[in-house]
Amino acid sequence: MSKENFDRRDFLKSAVVGGAAAATASLPASAIAQSSTAAPAAGYAFLNPEEAAFVETLVDHMVPADEHTPKGTAIGINTFIDRALAGGWGKGDRLYMQGPWAPGTPEQGYQVPLVPADLYRQGIAATNRHCVKTYGKAFDQLTAVQREEELKNLDGGKVVFDGGLSSRAFFSIVYQTVMEGMFADPIYGGNKDKVSWKMLGFPGVIQVHRLNNVKFKNKKFPAEPLGIADVG
Amino acid sequence: MATKLKEVDVLLVGLGWTGGILAKELTAAGHQVVALERGGMRDTENDFSVPRIRDDLRFASRNDLMQNPAKDTLTIRNNPSQLALPMRRLGSFLPGEGVGGAGVHWNGVTWRWTDNELKVRSLYEERYGKNYIPADMTIQDWGVTYAELEPYYDKFEYTAGVSGKAGNLRGVIQKGGNPFEAARAREYPLPALESSYAAELFSTAASNAGYNPFPCPTANASHAYTNPDGSKFGACQYCGFCERFGCEANAKGSPHMTVIPIAMRNPNFELRTHAWVTRVLKDSTGKRVTGVTYTNVLNGEEFEQPAGLVVLCAYAINNVHLMLLSGIGKPYDPVAQTGVIGKNYCYQTGAGATLFFEGKYFNPFMGTGGLNARSDDFHSNWEFDRSKHGYVGGATLGAGMTNGRPIAYRPVPAGTPRWGKAWKDATAKWYNGAMNIGMSGSVMANRYNYYDLDPTYRNAFGQPLMRMTFDYKENEHKMGRHIAQVINDIAKSMNPTSMNPASARSGSWSVVPYQSTHNTGGTIMGTNPGNSAVNKYLQSWDCHNLFIMGANVFPHNSAYNPTGPVGALAYRAADTLKNVYLKQPGPLVSA
Repeated sequence: MSKENFDRRDFLKSAVVGGAAAATASLPASAIAQSSTAAPAAGYAFLNPEEAAFVETLVDHMVPADEHTPKGTAIGINTFIDRALAGGWGKGDRLYMQGPWAPGTPEQGYQVPLVPADLYRQGIAATNRHCVKTYGKAFDQLTAVQREEELKNLDGGKVVFDGGLSSRAFFSIVYQTVMEGMFADPIYGGNKDKVSWKMLGFPGVIQVHRLNNVKFKNKKFPAEPLGIADVG
Repeated sequence: MATKLKEVDVLLVGLGWTGGILAKELTAAGHQVVALERGGMRDTENDFSVPRIRDDLRFASRNDLMQNPAKDTLTIRNNPSQLALPMRRLGSFLPGEGVGGAGVHWNGVTWRWTDNELKVRSLYEERYGKNYIPADMTIQDWGVTYAELEPYYDKFEYTAGVSGKAGNLRGVIQKGGNPFEAARAREYPLPALESSYAAELFSTAASNAGYNPFPCPTANASHAYTNPDGSKFGACQYCGFCERFGCEANAKGSPHMTVIPIAMRNPNFELRTHAWVTRVLKDSTGKRVTGVTYTNVLNGEEFEQPAGLVVLCAYAINNVHLMLLSGIGKPYDPVAQTGVIGKNYCYQTGAGATLFFEGKYFNPFMGTGGLNARSDDFHSNWEFDRSKHGYVGGATLGAGMTNGRPIAYRPVPAGTPRWGKAWKDATAKWYNGAMNIGMSGSVMANRYNYYDLDPTYRNAFGQPLMRMTFDYKENEHKMGRHIAQVINDIAKSMNPTSMNPASARSGSWSVVPYQSTHNTGGTIMGTNPGNSAVNKYLQSWDCHNLFIMGANVFPHNSAYNPTGPVGALAYRAADTLKNVYLKQPGPLVSA
């Protein structure tokens, strides 16, 4: 296996087979065999190995490879999420973070005393603990059917995390970042080769449609999308 | 200790549309004007250049041009018995910041509000009887009439480069325009935009149903244009990056490319950016303001800026906040129903149907801010009998294309999974095959919808946040049920392959999803100091050398976007200041 083609997911899977589970101290001791051989998070600015395994599994599950696009990790949604959490948004640069804190009503919106990066980190750990409790394995080790069930339960607000973290708040930010990673400009690490825009027929950032609005009325527009980096 | 500066003639707090209009008009009349803007400078060449401005994540999702709630926000609740909590991130509305204000990143939709709004209480009482208006609906006449505002609406439309089709020229109804608009002296400065396919389908169906669709009037220039001040506009390119973005083509009428540069060329004008006004100061009599205090947000240094005249030109929410922080005027108390500052906060309501058509192509990315067809049959149409439905106010309905930016715009039929293969299939299939019919509904003032200062939470300057108490009332629910039915009937007549029907909202207002940046009221205009904060010239009843611009002076909210009357009232205030007040300062209306 050459370094260039090294796939950390494959490594983690083989490591589990070899007896070295890709797990960290946030999992119960019973679920942790040996973490010292876990790969360093190649290319990640924020995610640790447990978090990387979660995010990679998540984006490949939510965005599977098909005739529209390659799978989530192949188009960089994991990279997008890592950079978003490592950057200003993840650190709550536009979030009012003064207390006192109260859960509030759903209409009062986000009332979690965590910035997005911390919510992601704690949410992944809590989801993995919930998965271990429910299925005996961390999220990235579940079968596709189990993963789907866990995600649906998270989305439906049916998962109660131990420790009091809001599973709804966690999944809401997870869903938001997966969609952003898929559809934002490729300069942010996702939507590699603008495949998600091609899937829709969205032409990207150069749009001069004054005449097209007439010429292509009720006609398919032949979009060959351009991103910011293609023009800048 | 604040450094006290030399007194200036006129001090403007905020430099968006209203501050820009006043800066240009008053400096041209020879007055020395200083504007304090809490945000930074912006210009089209640098800040809105392509490709950097076409960044959906940065500007639409992360709100890069908007106020940062980490510094200052509101606390919110639905009713006075709840504990208000901070709006910790932006959602339901997006106040602007920086030179040009929200006028940089608005859609451009520009309406003339009619006497239906300006004389709302007298007209409804006359037609439907006093008992028709619920006891807790605190609507009132504005104290100004359409006839008084008409020349100023005209002036704003010509400044901002509004594209549209007149529906009523000097009393003669015009084919293709809005037959329910009030009489206008002349046509729009620019013809209507080239319509979108969605707008055409809607217009046909609405006409067949007996309604009167017309192209939405909007400050997206349908052709290259030079306004009466000499400001040059490019032609709109239907790029689909309008609301939440600045326009690289200067095709969206905005203050930073019209009135503000003209003021800045005048030696009578001085702009100080990054100057955050914390308080308006009063003299010992409480009858005059003496200036403001502000903080240079680049280094934290505090200043006192004395001024002969102070005009609040910040975003609608911030003008009210500043009044409450400054202790000018009596704060509104919903229990005793005394006081006026904070009274009659209003918002807007909406609903929509999404229609899916096999084999049709809507090209949603070919859009612009006001590219839609609208019907005013249930809004400015005074012949429409509200008593059958039991509500006050109304809603416009319409369809068009503002954008197809895929982070937020990905219509799929209800019941589609939220991820996975089936989600991808549906997303790819329907992106170009869907259109929406939506409504924009008025919100009438209510005794229990108001602003005051929050007892707990503070902003970055140690000042109390403002508290917003708001919910929809039965009046809005009745309207929503009626209009949702109208929309669904029109939608069904269009024979879509499938549709997600419109449903009237029934729950409480939520701060989470984006709805509308049309926040109104809080320092309302009216006929006497007992019912309002400012008179018909937007002059404070309490301090005659304080004027307050913005949608915060609206005593209630209509279905229309607010910028038309915001601009018209600012031009009217400018005329009043130049021709009357600054020649002989004093109260313009006797209390």
